[in-house]
Amino acid sequence: MNTLTATDTLTLEPPAPAGDDRLAAIARGGQFDAVVHPAVDREDATLEVRDFCLWYGPKKALHHIGMRIPRGKVTALIGPSGCGKSTLLRSVNRINDLLDTVRIEGDMLLNGDSIYAPGVDVIELRKRMGMVFQKPNPFPMSVYENVVYPRRIDGERSRAALAEVCERSLRRAALWDEVKDRLQESAMSLSGGQQQRLCIARAIAAEPEVLLMDEPCSALDPIATNKIENLIDELRGRYTILIVTHNMQQASRTSDYTAFMYLGHLVEYGPTADLFRKPRLRETEDYITGRFG
Amino acid sequence: MSGGRAAPRRERTALFAQGEPMIWLTGGGLALALAMIAGLLALVVVQGSVTLWPGPVTRVELNDGRAVMGEVARSESVGATGGDGPVRRRLFRTGNFELTGEHFQWVADSDIRAESRPEWALVVERTAWGRFYGAPQAFLLDGRAAASDPASAWAMYEQHRLAVQRRLRERQRLESRDIGRVNRRIESARLAVKSAELRHGMGSVPHREAVARFEAVERQGLAEHARLRGRIEALNRENARFQLALATADGWEQAIPLADIVRACAPNRLGLAAKWAVYGSRWLEFLSGAPREANSEGGVFPALFGTALMTVVMSVAVVPFGVMAALYLREYAKAGPLVSLVRIAINNLAGVPSIVFGVFGLGFFCYIVGGWLDRSFFAANLPNPTFGKGGLLWSALTLALLTLPVVIVATEESLAAVPNSMREGSYACGAGKWQTIRRIVLPRALPGILTGTILAMARGAGEVAPLMLVGAVKLAPELPVDAVAPFLHPERSFMHLGFHIFDLGFQSPNSEAARPMVFTVTLLLIALIFLLNLVAVLLRARLKKKFVTGAF
Repeated sequence: MNTLTATDTLTLEPPAPAGDDRLAAIARGGQFDAVVHPAVDREDATLEVRDFCLWYGPKKALHHIGMRIPRGKVTALIGPSGCGKSTLLRSVNRINDLLDTVRIEGDMLLNGDSIYAPGVDVIELRKRMGMVFQKPNPFPMSVYENVVYPRRIDGERSRAALAEVCERSLRRAALWDEVKDRLQESAMSLSGGQQQRLCIARAIAAEPEVLLMDEPCSALDPIATNKIENLIDELRGRYTILIVTHNMQQASRTSDYTAFMYLGHLVEYGPTADLFRKPRLRETEDYITGRFG
Repeated sequence: MSGGRAAPRRERTALFAQGEPMIWLTGGGLALALAMIAGLLALVVVQGSVTLWPGPVTRVELNDGRAVMGEVARSESVGATGGDGPVRRRLFRTGNFELTGEHFQWVADSDIRAESRPEWALVVERTAWGRFYGAPQAFLLDGRAAASDPASAWAMYEQHRLAVQRRLRERQRLESRDIGRVNRRIESARLAVKSAELRHGMGSVPHREAVARFEAVERQGLAEHARLRGRIEALNRENARFQLALATADGWEQAIPLADIVRACAPNRLGLAAKWAVYGSRWLEFLSGAPREANSEGGVFPALFGTALMTVVMSVAVVPFGVMAALYLREYAKAGPLVSLVRIAINNLAGVPSIVFGVFGLGFFCYIVGGWLDRSFFAANLPNPTFGKGGLLWSALTLALLTLPVVIVATEESLAAVPNSMREGSYACGAGKWQTIRRIVLPRALPGILTGTILAMARGAGEVAPLMLVGAVKLAPELPVDAVAPFLHPERSFMHLGFHIFDLGFQSPNSEAARPMVFTVTLLLIALIFLLNLVAVLLRARLKKKFVTGAF
């Protein structure tokens, strides 16, 4: 796990003009230690990433990531395309396992339980997490069946229990009022934003410990995006949320903590307010202000 | 020249850059394809639908004094001998085979002295000997003329026709159902003797008991036979009292028993509505009746039924296997050279000539599997094969093998078209692989799977070559489904529309009469397949609406 390092102390002062060298060093494949603000380590972590590396075939996509994801908080992963933020997110619930060529080193802990230890029941593990994808991906069935899907595959048969799960999840996803009269209609008939909130309802139907969101608004218009962001705000505290976003404003609006990644490395990780107002690294500031990436 | 600046010279835009020729070329290709399809359909529809229409009966008197009467089947122009241009000659369907020895006759226009359409020219469709053309002369009751002019003879015919038909139906019921039942009882007692002999040995106690039982059953059965024969004789005697005497164009007179007449009409007297009624009645017989006259007359119901049943059994066999194979290939198997090899093999299987499957089906299903079944379960029946010959089941399985690649390829394609995001969404909910397949992938892929099934069904329904080896026959005495337990008889050979077309077109002794029937049966087969496709398209559209539409 990465903690405060020598680099950290050096850059407590205003960013050094020669900061770009670090990104250049990463690009050359040099070793690099992330800058993690001490505030992160004071939080209670739901999820802990420990020295995690990942390869797609011969290509190394994640380099020794160490992160603690605070409980009940919203943590945003930002960084230019291809920096590995989605890969990291998809490693948390082991969706990447579906690809034949993926190989990993290191481990993650979910409330102290190893995720990657041999013999872990992946299906059981995934039930402890909910995931929302970039594009809304409702299943080809009714709204109702979509929401109760995680409970159905658990073998839940009771109508009352399922109906209760459906209503509670849809209410939490701020969708209940819009679809309560059309629960039996195909989920495909909803608008894009409604579909995405439906997917959120589905993700929280099984009461997960962590909610993973992979650019949940990138396929939505501004109004739908706004609704989703408000929803994330309401879910804060109840779930530990890890969200990947390309949108700096979204990260600053919705998240409590932000991690900046570059080419598979964690670069800087700290409270969102600090990271956006006074980042410790020049590179982070450049990225946030749009000077590169 | 003026001093104005000339526009800069440009190369003219190349013809191919404008693309006009390509539009014409591709559009022309499409037009050609459409024209061919439309031509094919038009030919089959026109030829197929006029076959059963009651055309006018023409009587011509020839220069040599003979007279010919019949329906004009077709006409053609032939080079004249005298050198005064081509001469038209017409083919008359003259019938009256037992008198003239031929069903059709060519008549050149130059030989004709007079032509007329006699009001009382009657077309009689009979159960044997083909059609009879003649004018009603008298109605014979017990051999004596009860009416002796056309109108009153015809009236008496109309009066007695239905009663005769009713007695015929009763006779048929006695023959096929009641006598059949007695025969089956005797046969099963005989089989019991045979299997007691096989199991316990000749002369053992169970064998002797079975023999005694058989003798009792046989005695009883023979008595029953005699009783039924008596009733049939009585019906025959009653029917034989009624005869219609007809005079041919040549002046012959022929008395036809009413029991032999399937349908009689005088087309020249009929109005349009009456003609339509005859047309409809012929179509009804065509669709629901059994064939007569070496398949060139009567109906095709056994073939229609056999085709439909064989196709259904085939689909039941092929769809589960094809879908399972495709699921494994697409969802479980790791992509690699082996999977690619299997895929290539499947695609090659689709290209194997169908007769090869027929040979395989004959060798494997009929002889090996069927032979084993016969030895194991139907030993008492040997040397008569039960399953060890061509039959409906073996045909269906052979065609299932033939259409397996179609189902696999179509299913694989539709599985590949299911977005991965849906699978991921399901896995992220904690679903297992099979749960994801069953609840997400299969419903979404269902329209595509259905398309594959329909393609396979259409291919199977139209296939003929392998069926000739594994079970389709020219004339099946019994349907594969009847009221005798176990009701479905998959070991029976059956009739098939495709084979029926082949048989009519190339094997018929009366080829001129069979020719129009070829088109009619083809029309029916095309209609059947069109109907199948229509159902598939509608079903797919419904499923698509349910599962696939949406904003994303």
